[in-house]
Amino acid sequence: MAAVQGGMSDADIETDIKTEPSTDGFGNNNANDGRVLSASPGSGSSTGSNKQTAAVTPEDQQTLLAVLQFLKKNKLIESVEILRREAGLPENSLDPKATESAGAGSGGAAGIVDLEGGDVSSLLSRVTGSSSAGAQAPTKAVAEDQPDVRVVLSAYSQQGDPTLYEVYYSDLKKFIETVLDCHRAELSQVFYPLFVHMYLELVYNNHESEAKAFFEKFSGDQECYYEEDLRVLSGLTKKEHMRGNETLLDFRTSKFVLRISRDSYQLLKRHLQERQNNQIWNIIQEHLYIDIFDGMPRSKSQIDAMSGSLAGEAKREANKTKVYYGLLKEPEIELPLDDEDEEAENEEGKPKKKKPKKDSMGSKSKKQDPNAPSQNRIPLPELKDSDKLDKIMYMKEATKRIRLGSDNLPSVCFYTFLNAYQGLTAVDFTDDSSLIAGGFADSTVRVWSVTPKKLRKVKSAADLNLIDKESDDVLERIMDEKTASESKIMYGHSGPVYGISFSPDRNYLLSSSEDGTVRLWSLLTFTCLVAYKGHNYPVWDTQFSPYGYYFVSGGHDRVARLWATDHYQPLRIFSGHLADITCTRFHPNSNYVATGSSDRTIRVWDVLSGNCVRIFTGHKGPIHSLAFSPNGKFLASGATDGRVLLWDIGHGLMMGELKGHTDTIYSLRFSRDGEILASGSMDNTVRLWDVMKAFDDLETDDFTAATGHIHLQDNSQELLLGTYTTKSTPVIHLHFTRRNLLLAAGAFNP
Amino acid sequence: MSAMAEERRQKHCSVVLPTESMKAMAESVGVGQLQEDSCVALSEEVSYRIKEIAQDALKFMHHGKRRKLTTSDIDNALKLKNVEPLYGFQSQEFIPFRFASGGGRELHFYEEKEVDLSDIINTPLPRVPLDVSLKAHWLSIEGMQPAIPENPPPATKEQQKVESTEPLKVVKPGQEEEGTIQGKGQGTTTPDGKGQCLEKGLIRLKPRSTHELSVEQQLYYKEITEACVGSCEAKRAEALQSIATDPGLYQMLPRFSTFISEGVRVNVVQNNLALLIYLMRMVKALMDNPTLYLEKYLHELIPAVVTCIVSKQLCLRPDVDNHWALRDFAARLMAQSCKTFSTTTNNIQSRITKTFTKSWLDDKTQWTTRYGCIAGLAELGPDVIKTLIIPRLAIEGARIKAVMEGPVISNIDKIGAEHVQSLLLKHCASVIAKLRSPPDNVEQYRTEYGYLGPMLCSHVMKARTQAALQAQQVNRTTLTITQPRPTLSVSQSGLSGSSGPRTPSIIKVPSSLTLMSPRPGTPSQPSPPATKYIVMATSAGAASTQQVILAQSLSHILDLHIGMIMCQI
Repeated sequence: MAAVQGGMSDADIETDIKTEPSTDGFGNNNANDGRVLSASPGSGSSTGSNKQTAAVTPEDQQTLLAVLQFLKKNKLIESVEILRREAGLPENSLDPKATESAGAGSGGAAGIVDLEGGDVSSLLSRVTGSSSAGAQAPTKAVAEDQPDVRVVLSAYSQQGDPTLYEVYYSDLKKFIETVLDCHRAELSQVFYPLFVHMYLELVYNNHESEAKAFFEKFSGDQECYYEEDLRVLSGLTKKEHMRGNETLLDFRTSKFVLRISRDSYQLLKRHLQERQNNQIWNIIQEHLYIDIFDGMPRSKSQIDAMSGSLAGEAKREANKTKVYYGLLKEPEIELPLDDEDEEAENEEGKPKKKKPKKDSMGSKSKKQDPNAPSQNRIPLPELKDSDKLDKIMYMKEATKRIRLGSDNLPSVCFYTFLNAYQGLTAVDFTDDSSLIAGGFADSTVRVWSVTPKKLRKVKSAADLNLIDKESDDVLERIMDEKTASESKIMYGHSGPVYGISFSPDRNYLLSSSEDGTVRLWSLLTFTCLVAYKGHNYPVWDTQFSPYGYYFVSGGHDRVARLWATDHYQPLRIFSGHLADITCTRFHPNSNYVATGSSDRTIRVWDVLSGNCVRIFTGHKGPIHSLAFSPNGKFLASGATDGRVLLWDIGHGLMMGELKGHTDTIYSLRFSRDGEILASGSMDNTVRLWDVMKAFDDLETDDFTAATGHIHLQDNSQELLLGTYTTKSTPVIHLHFTRRNLLLAAGAFNP
Repeated sequence: MSAMAEERRQKHCSVVLPTESMKAMAESVGVGQLQEDSCVALSEEVSYRIKEIAQDALKFMHHGKRRKLTTSDIDNALKLKNVEPLYGFQSQEFIPFRFASGGGRELHFYEEKEVDLSDIINTPLPRVPLDVSLKAHWLSIEGMQPAIPENPPPATKEQQKVESTEPLKVVKPGQEEEGTIQGKGQGTTTPDGKGQCLEKGLIRLKPRSTHELSVEQQLYYKEITEACVGSCEAKRAEALQSIATDPGLYQMLPRFSTFISEGVRVNVVQNNLALLIYLMRMVKALMDNPTLYLEKYLHELIPAVVTCIVSKQLCLRPDVDNHWALRDFAARLMAQSCKTFSTTTNNIQSRITKTFTKSWLDDKTQWTTRYGCIAGLAELGPDVIKTLIIPRLAIEGARIKAVMEGPVISNIDKIGAEHVQSLLLKHCASVIAKLRSPPDNVEQYRTEYGYLGPMLCSHVMKARTQAALQAQQVNRTTLTITQPRPTLSVSQSGLSGSSGPRTPSIIKVPSSLTLMSPRPGTPSQPSPPATKYIVMATSAGAASTQQVILAQSLSHILDLHIGMIMCQI
């Protein structure tokens, strides 16, 4: 009971910070006193809060007096002193505060921390050391939010008549239903955030039954894509629950962003002021961010396309930063012209003719793309000889590439993992498609060779000493022929492996796991080289930069980290997502990183500054796959809602919506020339989309980049080029070979 | 609208654990007499925490790329909250909670069986689970999905059914996209698709023409039919295997059906036993193919099968050739199709039963036909035997007696009567064994069943002892299997169905994948030959395997006969 009072009255909470040092001093002494106040400290907090009603102050004063008397009686002069001093603080009437601090101290000592999430318990945890760790759900991010939370929380405690909430809401509902059609869709956006905040206010002020009634009455009106959040909300019926609930913390700490035209906004404002509907007006003022624009109000479909994220749409200025989405200039590499005699491939690196090849790739790389970042915007590793060889191989392959299009579809080769017993969690192919890596739920990482070339380890150090280091084939000699096999297993993680990525030079492999680490494996020795620790929670995804050296990881702790392989600490921490980061991708020019999250937004981050440069909203479920187009201009994203959305990075706009999948999309990949997008899903299908057409169609329409309001046509059916169903294998990875053959992978699921 | 809202409200309504559960749990940890208030508080708190954990567990399921929530997801979610995970709940499949009530309380509990150590020690170790392996196949070749066993059938049974039952289905543009794209491939459908999109409206589509076969399909059809009726047994086995497993046959089904019905018609007249047998085996293979919707062609197949059961003469020399086996086999096919295809509308079973009974009752019916009728009826199951055959045993016995003991009229009749007799004994004995209580009195049997009585009596007694033996065996096996079986068998059977025989090899690259050729040729036709069955037969135990063995042994018997016939010819 004592502890509850801490959260009860708003003013107290704000003073918590200041009272904290004193609580530290006498918290332990006061343990006994606390018990006097509440009969059962262990469970008192939850039951007690129910009994507490709006009228608090007289009781508080009485209890405080009782405490003071009790302290005096027990000759705890020091405590009395402190209490008095507390009371002298210039905010409220002195008494309640003193009780509050004493209560908080005693609560902590008695170990009733668990039920109090959020702010109070964070103080308590400092008082009591570590006892609260067990039930503390909020992560670091929450800790950062602390002061913020407190302010926002306090905002909730204005006392309105709980029974009037329904009236307010239905009054507004009636109003919005009667306004002109053109405004109705825009104003309807207000419903959901208002609903949530009003419900939370009711819960926060312990009007449990009113909250329930309110929820039941109006939850059915909300848009269907908020269902997930509503489910979370429905579980939350008590004030104590609010403290530990991450979703709601997010909802309160970040303002919900709405985009409304000026006319509609004026209409709403006038209505609310006429009706003296201060309750709602306050919520709008404090918890919503209304991004007002001049011009035509948007239509229902336009709004629906962009809404759905946890915190509303992105503000317009969030997507205004210039993004250098162009590609870096390719280094000039002499390409041997001996394509005809394939034997030369074996001893390439010694080009016989010094004439650079004029192919599409080469000519494109000649002139600098105006949208490209400068070559050394971020330091990139130097090209090694072996990289150059690989580039040459790549170009040779590229010349044999099939030109794909709507009338020339790629072939799909499917790699089925058999006997995986539902344990396959991640797959990656090397860029040259010679190796496949699989991450498994049993913590193992396995690598297969799909070419006749078997996997070999490097010889032991003793044996390496015996090798003639001057010989031409020294790279061949260091390999131990005895270890040759088609697959290798690597052990090291202690939890399911959720993300996996090959380095571009095929010497390393990254894997991220539930155990909170990202591991770097050598594909020469097939051992673990480094375990990067930083995420203390499951790491959902990781990916190497297209130029190697850097890699990005993101996980349950809601931050993405940029690492360099030779640093054991991250170089950048990208923080801003409101829920788990579920997937991470590097931009082809390595200057940007895209992350998808469970908060249903995609963010693009600048590697150089660490700033968020784009926020894309529109998905209605957690995002599970991202793909950049090869020219760096576009981004495709797939989510649990089964839709693929296409984004223009430069303008920060949604370009299209591809509907067709019926389950989570786990994999997306553009063909090497960017004409075709392949998507693989849990619904056991691979689908091919004509994205060139999608982009072209939109570009011919004159969409105004200024307002960013685009009319999306529903043309998914025309853009769908093919659907290929597997027998019972969810598609979890896709990869285009350098010649545009599509490889897909998944585990057979009998 | 209101109904929908109602529904959703239902969904969102916060469900709270009953307070009784709290009490039960408190008792289980030694806290008696929990206050009602504390129960309410606890149950609300616990419900909320459980929901939280379930939400987190869902995350792990999504990232594990699964549709099924497992116990390990819950464990991971607990770990996330820094709570010690629950150890010991490592159930692969469902968790076998059991329900009990008594004393006005209801409980769900997790049953922990007592396990006898000696049983565990004595049971042989389960097989080591197979290691993860990779297998490659072509999901699509230049936009066309090849019809290979690794891919799902181009048109599912449902689609075939819809096609045959609702030929003029109203199809919205795009709705049929799956069928067209997969069925015919990209090249042919793009123009169609565009046409559909252009009209933007409801279009009545004619049923897809099934009369055009591609060149490959024509070749395939020719090869298969030739192999099926040719002289090389190995080729035939392969062809039948292909018919029984290939998922892409539905377009050729009308051809096969006509081939069989015409074939039977011609060969019955010519008394070509061997060919009839081959054709029946084709029917069997078609019926075994899980991807085919045969209902449409029953009108051709059933008469052919019935002909093979009841025809007066099936071979040139009825006294020597074993046409009885063919009748048996066809009768079994008939029974199988009755079981799978009989519905209230087509009434196959009752129609067939009527046909058989009618010709059996006819006095002038030949022994061969008589045999066929009885076999056909008997295969339909014990109920049919009980109601139709057993009451006529006495009459039939008298007729057999007349032939067996009367003056020898023709050798053929005598052979026929003998076969009918053994057929009746074989089928009736087990049924009678179940109908009558044990003391088997020869005299009683004689009075009841006439001439066949004594023989029946001895057969029944034999059947009883056999049944007792089997029961014992069954008992013993159930006794030994106290340890829960690993789920291996399930996954294995799933595997063997889809991915062919167990292979130790790790990776198979499709023949032309190796990046050298950008345009893949057709991947090698998967031709799992008869060896597949041999592999499965060694792992006897699963019910499906037994069936396979049955079918296998049947065809072995037939093979023997055919061998005989060949020798004679």
